[in-house]
Amino acid sequence: MLHFDRWKIVLIVLTCLAGVVFTLPNFFSKETVEHWPSWVPHRQLPLGLDLRGGAHLLLAMDTNELEKDWLTTLRDDARKQLREAKIGFSALSIAGNSVQVKISKPEDLDKAYVALKKLVQPIGNAILGTGGNDIAVDKTPPDVITLRPTEQGIQHRVSSAASAAIETVNRRVNAMGTAESTVVRQGNDRILVQFPGLQDTKQLKDLIGQTAKLTFHTVHPTVTAEEAKQTRVPLGYKIYPSGEGEGGRSYVLQETPVVSGEDLVDAQPGFDSRTNEPIISFRFNQSGARKFGNFTKDNVGSPFAIVLDDKVLSAPVVREPILGGSGQISGSFTVDSATTLAVQLRSGALPTKLTIVEERTVGPSLGADSIAAGKLAGLIGCLLTGILTIVAYGTFGIFAVIGLLVHGFLIVGAMTIIGTTLTLPGIAGFVLTIGMAVDANVLIYERIREELRTGKTPIAAIEQGFQRAFITIFDSQLTTLAAAIIMFWLGSGPIRGFAVTLTIGILTSVFSAVTVTRLLVVLWLKAAKSKGRVVEVPV
Amino acid sequence: MFFPVPDFKGFDFFPHNTRLPFMRYKGICLTLSILFMALSLGLYYTRGLNYGVDFKGGSLIEMQSKNGPADLHDIRTKLNALGVGNVQIQSFGADTDVLIRVEQQPGGEAEQQVAMKKVVDTLGDGYTQRRIEVVGPAVSSELRRTGVIAVFSSILAIIVYVWFRFEWQFAAGCVIALLHDVLVTVGLFSLLQLDFDLSIVAALLTILGYSVNDSVVVSDRIRENLRKYKRMNLDELLNVSINETLSRTILTGMTAIAGILALLIFGGEVIRNFSFAMLFGIVIGTYSSIFIAAPLLDYLGVRRDNVGHALKAKETPPAKAKAAQKT
Repeated sequence: MLHFDRWKIVLIVLTCLAGVVFTLPNFFSKETVEHWPSWVPHRQLPLGLDLRGGAHLLLAMDTNELEKDWLTTLRDDARKQLREAKIGFSALSIAGNSVQVKISKPEDLDKAYVALKKLVQPIGNAILGTGGNDIAVDKTPPDVITLRPTEQGIQHRVSSAASAAIETVNRRVNAMGTAESTVVRQGNDRILVQFPGLQDTKQLKDLIGQTAKLTFHTVHPTVTAEEAKQTRVPLGYKIYPSGEGEGGRSYVLQETPVVSGEDLVDAQPGFDSRTNEPIISFRFNQSGARKFGNFTKDNVGSPFAIVLDDKVLSAPVVREPILGGSGQISGSFTVDSATTLAVQLRSGALPTKLTIVEERTVGPSLGADSIAAGKLAGLIGCLLTGILTIVAYGTFGIFAVIGLLVHGFLIVGAMTIIGTTLTLPGIAGFVLTIGMAVDANVLIYERIREELRTGKTPIAAIEQGFQRAFITIFDSQLTTLAAAIIMFWLGSGPIRGFAVTLTIGILTSVFSAVTVTRLLVVLWLKAAKSKGRVVEVPV
Repeated sequence: MFFPVPDFKGFDFFPHNTRLPFMRYKGICLTLSILFMALSLGLYYTRGLNYGVDFKGGSLIEMQSKNGPADLHDIRTKLNALGVGNVQIQSFGADTDVLIRVEQQPGGEAEQQVAMKKVVDTLGDGYTQRRIEVVGPAVSSELRRTGVIAVFSSILAIIVYVWFRFEWQFAAGCVIALLHDVLVTVGLFSLLQLDFDLSIVAALLTILGYSVNDSVVVSDRIRENLRKYKRMNLDELLNVSINETLSRTILTGMTAIAGILALLIFGGEVIRNFSFAMLFGIVIGTYSSIFIAAPLLDYLGVRRDNVGHALKAKETPPAKAKAAQKT
């Protein structure tokens, strides 16, 4: 244990130096670091939201709504299939979590079954044996066919909707002009938005709080909403309420839209040149322009409705065919709401409404206070530990403190390289690992003292001390590591930051206490021997 | 060869070769520990824990008054009139800072946001937002579940490791010591009605780590002594082992406490409860490894014939083995 090959010494020194070099940028401001020559590491520890201030929003998708939407589409698709196959049906409706079809003639049941089977789509990976279908089609003689989304199908839907939602949210958040924000998936149906530096989350919440599904619909030429409510809604039509500020009028609109927001290529807020009201001007892509052009050409003089998230924004009358593919929407906007809606329309609709299930916002003043408090506590904690160690072990205590310094540099250096964000719990974890890293030294030194008392020579005692204590250090650190890894695995947010620091700290503390301190002790022994004096262990 | 550090001896904090009769009090200590555990359980079931927003849902809002000390009374009157249920208002650190807790609103996720917005709007421009945490019912119940799972799976991982490296009796002693630490800490939080949130779960996990660290150090010594003193009776052997590791236990405890005291005093309001839990945990963790884990071995008994079969042969130097034979 008391011999070091030259190459090992070089390796140890290099590791320590690497720790120092990678830690160094953290002591300077960002501006200073930027002026450094390019071969010097520039990377700084990213600060967590709790230290630099910012917003953390966890959004959940409305999976029920997704399922409902899917059933509606399924019902429409089934209708189309049956019509194409020319099979008569007497009822087609959504019942619970399935779509039920009643065939007019029982002898058509098999034919209908084959036709509806075409709607089934395989999902998953057939090779891995995870394959399956998104819906199950069952026939119940004499005349009923049920289409039911499978569990797997729903999972798949939710998962792809989440991916789509992330892209949309990303586009919307980016429109607020920060490159540093992150939008990531969490679990199957959740999205985490992190926005450093943001304090007032109102705009952010407005932007992501609306699905923004824009559609253009034909208004029923004769039946008004009041009449439809009293008698019955014409087939293929639906009653849509109007949005705020439209006097609570309802409209009877064709359920299938003429054009939808998917065909938009641009939307910008602006002002109406005559009334000076905020409006949104938009532009369709080619196919949208064609559809919209054809529709307006055929419907000059009759009204159409612009619908946002199933609420009518406005229902203007077509005055002339709009062939250029651009137009504008007015509808009691404020400047803010027009700007928000324009961003939303440009970024596309969300597949479903997103609800905020968790919000954590830290203001910059608290963040700064936390950094200051963390620094102070860290400094004092390290100082106290260092003083205690030196008082307890003298010269060897100084070696231990040097080991602790190396440990500190290595933790910060490693965290900087990995890019772990430093959080307030992370700082607490750091202070704790300092306290715990000393434990390894304490174990070694107490053991040396013990061996000395049994009458061993100093060199033998030191050798035995390191050797025997190592077994204990190994066991005790490994058990702590087990707890830290579980914290990381199960923990969220603050616990994770803490666990990361603790894990890295355990690894580096073994290196610093066992390797670095031992090297120092060995060098000290050599120096003492070369002076030819009697070695007395100063512990 | 030049070496720049002067030689000086350290100050031995603790007298060595102590023969403190720890094992004589094992009965009393175990009884006391069981009593404390029972008391903690009782407190947990009757008084309950003061869960923070992480586990209970609702909102936590920290505001700072822009002009002078915050008027808690005024805030209380205003917020109680909002009809958002129970609102707790307390001064937080400096007298300009207020911490407002709004209980979880009936309804769903969106209602929590509405209530939070009401409170923030009511306080108006005289205050700056320091921190806002809103946790809905879905997330809070998840956090509760994972918190419990985290604590218990940590204990499980630790037992498996200790079992693997030692004998099952050591693992059994360890697990009871760990359960004791968790229970008593939870009991203290229940007694003082301190905020129990995610950071306390992190503290509990660290306490587990520290406590088992301590137990392992003592166990390691016991294992070593079992090989060294083949005929010493177990009771005395345990006592010797505890005494031999006592100076280490105390010194490490002192350095750990030094670090945590720094966190507690200077680390700021946000992690105060965390630091407090840690401080208590270090003390209780040290206690449990000396007074619970080791004495339990006495009751459980240890196989003396082939102790340490898990160790490799080279870890027993020949000189030591001979010495062991002599004793």
